[in-house]
Amino acid sequence: MAEITAKQVLFEPIFSNNPIGLQILGICSALAVTTSMNVTIVMSLSVIAVTAFSNLAVSLVRTQIPASIRIIVQMTIIASLVIVVDQILKAYAYEISKQLSVFVGLIITNCIVMGRAEGFAMKNGPWLSFLDGIGNGLGYSVMLLFVAFFRELLGAGSLFGVTLLSPVNEGGWYITNGLLLLPPSAFFIIGLAIWGLRTWMPEQVEEPDYKLSRHTHKEAF
Amino acid sequence: MIEHYISLLLKAIFIENMALAFFLGMCTFLAISKKIEAATGLGIAVVVVLTLTVPVNNLIYNNILREGALAWAGLPEVDLSFLGLITYIGVIAAIVQIMEMILDKYIPALYAALGVFLPLITVNCAILGAALFMVERDYTFGESVVYGFGAGVGWALAIIALAGIREKLKYSDVPEGLRGLGITFITVGLMSLGFMSFSGISL
Repeated sequence: MAEITAKQVLFEPIFSNNPIGLQILGICSALAVTTSMNVTIVMSLSVIAVTAFSNLAVSLVRTQIPASIRIIVQMTIIASLVIVVDQILKAYAYEISKQLSVFVGLIITNCIVMGRAEGFAMKNGPWLSFLDGIGNGLGYSVMLLFVAFFRELLGAGSLFGVTLLSPVNEGGWYITNGLLLLPPSAFFIIGLAIWGLRTWMPEQVEEPDYKLSRHTHKEAF
Repeated sequence: MIEHYISLLLKAIFIENMALAFFLGMCTFLAISKKIEAATGLGIAVVVVLTLTVPVNNLIYNNILREGALAWAGLPEVDLSFLGLITYIGVIAAIVQIMEMILDKYIPALYAALGVFLPLITVNCAILGAALFMVERDYTFGESVVYGFGAGVGWALAIIALAGIREKLKYSDVPEGLRGLGITFITVGLMSLGFMSFSGISL
């Protein structure tokens, strides 16, 4: 196995191995919390914290865990961390925690956390695992913020709750696109973002199941 | 009374569809929707697990965790609701495990059909999500049975529909970067748009 450097571990997941764009992990919450930037930032920070510390904790006890019960041990570590995050949010950011509603709790089943604990922290030392957690959390956040940027700017004409494009119904000129505040738009934006990412990095393109043959007859035209 | 349950059921299946309105269970939703048979197996497993876990978690929440719920044990001022998350996930994991053993012993045909999907369900956000929604909306025991079943059926419906579309989609000529994951996202977006049309209906 090649030597992994700290820098690689930290920055690779952001673009070249993005957890959402390539590994299809953690999409559940990626879509529901992206209607405004404030909420998204809080969610991203929570996920970064949980991934980093769960990786650290799992990595510290990795030699003590019997292989047969490792999933439940990881689950317990993650659930405890999420409870801590949830309680902190309820204490210091009550409004936002109300908006996030069940999605903070759902970090437990966010596949990124579980996937990194199982896939990376079980095999590597605490420091690298911690960085890997931060890196993957950041990769997730970049995608989330990207989606939230477009949804809030075009859907409500504001960013972080500050009005930038003054909307028509408040006497301005910008006709808000209500669709972007509704669930389907998140799918479209992520779909297009993946398209962009893969055009930029062609090695991520998936192989087609079937190749269409070229037109050999002219009669169709 | 019956009407209330029917409207709750329809609401859980269509209007508040787990997959398409709340994006729950997306990871498995996208990963296991390439073939209709696999999607059907997973869908059925989700329905069964949800119908069991939501009521069980409801009982645990109302009788042990909720503020003042321990009054029967002589501890009226204890509030254990912060233990919620860890309890629900534990209950879900345990029920899935027990179900696996029971199915293996008594209904091996179904066990073989569900195969690897049963253990996977523990980490499906739709299951935990349904438990959390149940707590947030304060459902009674009867309501939680109906809600669990409805949410499961809605999710199963969505994944089978998506699998059907993807089976056709693989013969189409998709732009290179959009192939696979990208086009699936956009398809799901369009399906979600379709399901939005239910949202104005109040029952």
